[in-house]
Amino acid sequence: MKSFISKRALASGVSLIGLVVLVFFLSRLTGDPTDLYLPLDASTEMRDQFRQMHGFNDPLIVQFGRYVADLARLDFGQSLRQARPAMDVVLEAFGWTFWLAVITMSCVTLAAIVIGSLAAFRVGGIFDRIATFFSLIGAAAPDFWLAIVAIVIFAVKLHWLPTSGTGTPWHWILPVSVLFIRPFGLILQVVRGSMIGVLSSAYVKTARAKGVRTPVIIFVHGLRNAMLPVITVIGDQAAAILNGAVVVETVFGFPGIGKLMIDSILLRDFAVVLAVIMVSALAIFIMNLLIDLAYALLDPRIRY
Amino acid sequence: MTDTQILSGRKQSGALGRWFSMLWADKLAFFAALFLFVVLLCAILGPHFLDAYATKQNLRGRNAPPFDLTHGWIYVLGADALGRPLLARIVVAAQNTMLVAAGAVAASSVVGAALGLVAGYSRRSAAQWIMRLGDVIMSFPSLLLAVIVLYMLEPSVANIVLVLAITRIPIYLRTTRAEVLEVRERMFVQAATVMGASHRRIVFRHILPVILPTLVTIATLDFAFVMLAESSLSFLGIGIQAPEITWGLMVSQGRPYLTNAWWLSFWPGLAIILTTLSLNLLSNWLRIALDPAQRWRLEMRGRKNG
Amino acid sequence: MAEHLLEVRDLSVEFHTAAGTVKAVQDVSWHLDRGETLAILGESGSGKSVSASAIMNLIDMPPGRITSGTILFNGRDMLAMSAEERRAINGARIAMIFQDPLAHLNPVYTVGWQITEMMTTHGAPREEARTRALDLMKRVGIPRPELAMNKYPFQFSGGQRQRLMIAMALACKPDILIADEPTTALDVTVQAQVLELLGELQDETGMGLLLITHDLGVVAEIADRVVVMNSGCIVESGNAAEVYRNPQHPYTKKLIDAAPGKGEMPDEQERKGEPLLSAIGLHKTYGAFHALKGVDIAIMPGETVAVVGESGSGKSTLARAILRLDDPNSGQVLYRGRDLLAMSPRELFGLRRDLQMVFQDPTQSLNPRMTVFQLISEAWAIHPGILPRARWKERVAELLVKVGLKPDMAARYPHQFSGGQRQRIAIARALAMEPKLIVCDEAVSALDVSIQAQVIALLDGLRREFGLSYLFIAHDLPVVRDFADRVVVMKDGEIVEEGPVRQIFDAPAHPYTRALLAASLDPDPEIQAARRAARNLEEGLEIA
Repeated sequence: MKSFISKRALASGVSLIGLVVLVFFLSRLTGDPTDLYLPLDASTEMRDQFRQMHGFNDPLIVQFGRYVADLARLDFGQSLRQARPAMDVVLEAFGWTFWLAVITMSCVTLAAIVIGSLAAFRVGGIFDRIATFFSLIGAAAPDFWLAIVAIVIFAVKLHWLPTSGTGTPWHWILPVSVLFIRPFGLILQVVRGSMIGVLSSAYVKTARAKGVRTPVIIFVHGLRNAMLPVITVIGDQAAAILNGAVVVETVFGFPGIGKLMIDSILLRDFAVVLAVIMVSALAIFIMNLLIDLAYALLDPRIRY
Repeated sequence: MTDTQILSGRKQSGALGRWFSMLWADKLAFFAALFLFVVLLCAILGPHFLDAYATKQNLRGRNAPPFDLTHGWIYVLGADALGRPLLARIVVAAQNTMLVAAGAVAASSVVGAALGLVAGYSRRSAAQWIMRLGDVIMSFPSLLLAVIVLYMLEPSVANIVLVLAITRIPIYLRTTRAEVLEVRERMFVQAATVMGASHRRIVFRHILPVILPTLVTIATLDFAFVMLAESSLSFLGIGIQAPEITWGLMVSQGRPYLTNAWWLSFWPGLAIILTTLSLNLLSNWLRIALDPAQRWRLEMRGRKNG
Repeated sequence: MAEHLLEVRDLSVEFHTAAGTVKAVQDVSWHLDRGETLAILGESGSGKSVSASAIMNLIDMPPGRITSGTILFNGRDMLAMSAEERRAINGARIAMIFQDPLAHLNPVYTVGWQITEMMTTHGAPREEARTRALDLMKRVGIPRPELAMNKYPFQFSGGQRQRLMIAMALACKPDILIADEPTTALDVTVQAQVLELLGELQDETGMGLLLITHDLGVVAEIADRVVVMNSGCIVESGNAAEVYRNPQHPYTKKLIDAAPGKGEMPDEQERKGEPLLSAIGLHKTYGAFHALKGVDIAIMPGETVAVVGESGSGKSTLARAILRLDDPNSGQVLYRGRDLLAMSPRELFGLRRDLQMVFQDPTQSLNPRMTVFQLISEAWAIHPGILPRARWKERVAELLVKVGLKPDMAARYPHQFSGGQRQRIAIARALAMEPKLIVCDEAVSALDVSIQAQVIALLDGLRREFGLSYLFIAHDLPVVRDFADRVVVMKDGEIVEEGPVRQIFDAPAHPYTRALLAASLDPDPEIQAARRAARNLEEGLEIA
C-alpha cells in the first residue's frame, strides 16, 4: 500500500511539475496585467513602478526562478486582484467548492444507484424506459442553459429561490440541482449497464437458487459488484466539480474555485491561477486515492 | 479482378440498405439520425440561404415573441435584441457549431488514438511518457488554454477547434490504451503472432478493427461533449466572438434579456439539447450495430418491422 | 402409483429469441426418489439443464415460457405455487450446485458469509448458522475451517470451491440436490474426490441427487438411472448399466461409441535419426512461481507426442515456450538443429510457417471481426511466398472442404458457427501455412464428446495425409490414448514419466501416472462399479 501511494505520488508529482512550468510560461503569453490594474491615464512611470513592484520587468526565467524559490518557502505569491496571499484566496474558494462537490455528488450517487439498480432489474420495463429517457436528456443538457432557465423559473418568475450568493441553505438549492443533472444522467447509465451485467451473472443465479429475497439479491449480492465501474465515473464527475464548475459558479455568483479561476485568468492574476492548479491537483490526487481505497474495500481481489 | 470489383460494388449498396434497415429497427436512433441529418443540412446549406435574414437588423421587431407570424414565418421563434429572426440565426449558427465540434473530434480522436496505440502496444518507456503527457493535458485548465489562444492568436473557428481538440486528446489516449492492453492479450492476437504477423499487421489488422467501434462510439458521445464545451466557452466570452455565431454564444447573448424575453436563450439551448441527445442515442445504437456478435438483434428486428 | 419425491411430467419450455421461438425441451418426463441418483445425460444444446432451471424457478420469463407440464414436489405442483412459496423451497428443500464454482460464488463476500446466508435466508439464527457452517466446511474437507470462513472464493482451489458450493447447498439439509455439471471444470483426480464426496453425503442424508452431465464416465461412476437427452427430447431412459450395455436409440449408441479411450493403441515406433523439434532444459518462472523446471522433450517427424497433466502442471507453458509466445528463462528449443530461442525475429519469421498452433477456445482464437476467408488467407498475406493471391479463393474452399466445412461458408464470421465448426476453421487456418508441426493446446477439451471424436479423427487423417507432427497438450488421458504415439506426463513443472502410449497405459511406472489413470472414469458402469469395489476393499484393508 505504501509503495503504491508513493508510486502514485511520484507520477502525479511529475505531471504537476510539468503542469506548473507549462502554466507559468504560457499564462505570461496572455499579456501584461499592468493595463488591467492601472487606470487608463496612468503615466509611464506609474506603469513602470507597478511592473517593478511585481517583478514583471525581469526576464521570464528570472521570474520563474524567484517563483520556485518562494514555493520552496511555501510562499505562493500575492494575488494582484485582492492584494493578499494567493493561497489564502484559493483555500477560501476551495472550501466553498468542496462542499458544493460533496453535497452534489452525495445526492447524485444515492439517486443514481437506487434508480439505476431498479431500472436494471426489469430491463425494458416502463420504469427502465422512463429512467433511461430522463438520464439521456440529463446527460445532454448544457449546464449554463439549465442554470439560466432555472433562474428564470424559480427566482424570477416564482420568487421561490435566491438567484445568487451563498448566504442561506436556500442559496445552495439551485447550484446543486443544476450541477446534479449531468452527472446523474451519466452515472445512472453506468449503474444500469453494470447492474444488468451483474444480475445476469452466475453468482446471482446461485443466490436465486438459494432462495434469497429479490431486494437482497439486488442491493446486497448485486450492488457491491456493480459498483466497481460506477466508482470510477463518480470520481471523474467529482473531479470535474472540484476542478471548478465554472459556468454554474459564474451564473449563480457562487464564490468557488471555478469562478475564482476564470476571474483570475481574465485579470491575469497569475499567482492565484497557479495556486488554484496546485490545490486542485492535490485534491484530485487525494480523491483518486480514496477511489482506489474504495475499490479495495469493495473487491477483496484488489490489493495494492 | 473486375469480378471482385463488381462483387464489392454490389456488396456496398447491399451494406447501405442493411445499415438503413438496422437503423429503422431502433426507432429512437432513427429519429436521432434524421434530426442530425437535418442539422447537418442546416449547417451546410443554411448560411447560403438564410445569412441575409440572420444578419438583417429590424428595430421594430426587437425581442419579438415567438409563435407570432405577423412578421413572416421566419420570425416563428421570435427575434433577438436587434430584431434578427431567431430561426434564421439558429440555422446559420449550426454551421459554426457543427464545424467546431466535428473538427475538434476528428483531430483529437486521430491524435489520441494514435498515441494510445503506441502507449498500449509498445512496452518501452515512451508509453510512460505519453501517459504523463496525457495527465498534464488532462489537468491543464481548458479555460486558460482558451484565453491564451484567444489572446495570442485570434478567436477564429480554427483556433477554437485547436483548443478543444487538445483538451479532448486524453480521452481517446486513455480509452485506446486501455483497450489495446486488453485486446493485445487475446488469443487471436497470439494466433497471429504464431503465424508470424508483423507488429504493424497485428496493430492495424487485429487490434485496431476490434477497438474501432469503441472509438466511434466514444467519438459520437464526445461530439456532444465538445459541443457543450464550445458552448460553455462562448457563454463565458472566451470562445467564438461576435459577429460569428454559435448556439452557445446565442444563449449567452440572450442572458441579459432573460426576464422579459426568455426565448432568446431558450431556443438555441434547446437546439443544443436535441443535438446532443440525438448523438447520445445514435451512439447507443452504434455500439450494437458495429459489433458483429450483437448486430443480429437489430437485423432481426429490422426484418420483422420492415 | 406411488408418489415420487420429485416428478416432472410432460414439461415443455420455449425461448423467444431473435432467431424465432426455440423449443428448449419438449414433453420431458422423469422422476426422482429419495436416496437415488438420476443422471440427465446430453451434449450442449440438448436441453439437459432446462428442467432443472424450471424446478429452481431460474427461467427468466420472458424470454422463456413454460408451455406445458407439471413439476410435482412431494405431490404438489410447483408451477402453481406463488413466487414466495417457490423461494422458500429453493435452497431449503431443493438445492443446486453448478459447473463453474468460481463464477457461481459471489466474488466479494467471504465463503463463510455465503454459507451462513443460505441458512439465515431460511430462518436460522445467525450464531447457529455460523456453527453449522463451520461443521459443514469441516465435513466437506476444507482444511482449517475457522480461517477459511473469512476467506474469499478466489483464495481457494477449484476443487475446494466446489466443496464449498456443496457445503452451502447442503446447509439446510435439502431433500434434493441438483448438480449441474459439478465436476466438468475440475482436474480428473479432483473430480474423483468430489464425486466420492457427493456419494458419501447422499448416503448420510438420504437425499435424492439429480446429476446433469455430458460425461458418460460420471454417469457410470455415480448414477443409478439415466435419462439421455438430444435436441430437447428424451431419447432413452433406464438403469444406467442397462442403457450402457444395451442402448436402444441410435443417438445413445453414437454417444457411447464416441467416448474416447477404447480404440486400438498404435504400436511403438522406432525413434531414430534427428528429432523434428526438441526442447532441452526449459525453465520458466512467473514471479515466484516455477512453471517449468527443466523440461526436455523431443518430437520425431510424423510423430504425435501428447503432454498430459492437470492444471498448474506447466503443460501449456511448455507449448507457449516452444512457440516463443512466452520466452522461457533458460533452455533451448531446437527445430531441425537450430535454436529457436536464440533466433532474431527475422530468422524466426521464416520458421513460423513450419510451426503452427491450435488453441483451446476457438471463440477466442479467431478474430471476431474477420470473415473465414480473411482468417484463413491471412497466412498467405503474412508469408507471401506460399500462394499467389489469385489462387486464395480456390485454396480456402479446398481447405474448408478438407476440414469438413462447406466452401460457401468462407464469407461468414466466426460467431455464426458452432464450437466444433470454429475449431475446424482454426485447424484450416493452421493448415494454410502448410506446417510441419502443429501444437494443439487443449484443442478438443471445450468440445462435446461426439464433436471431440470427429475433430480427433480429422487431425488423425491430416497427419497421415500431410505427414504432420503434433504436440498434443491435454488434461484428459482417454483422448490421448487413441491418438498419440508417445505420452509425456507432467506434474508441477516437471516430467514425471514418458514413454510410448502402450507402455503408459498398460504399465504406468510412476505413482502419479497411476493415480491419473485410476481417476479417469470409464464410460462402462460395470467397470466403474468394479473399481469402486476394489477401492473400498483397499480402504477396508487399510482400516483393518
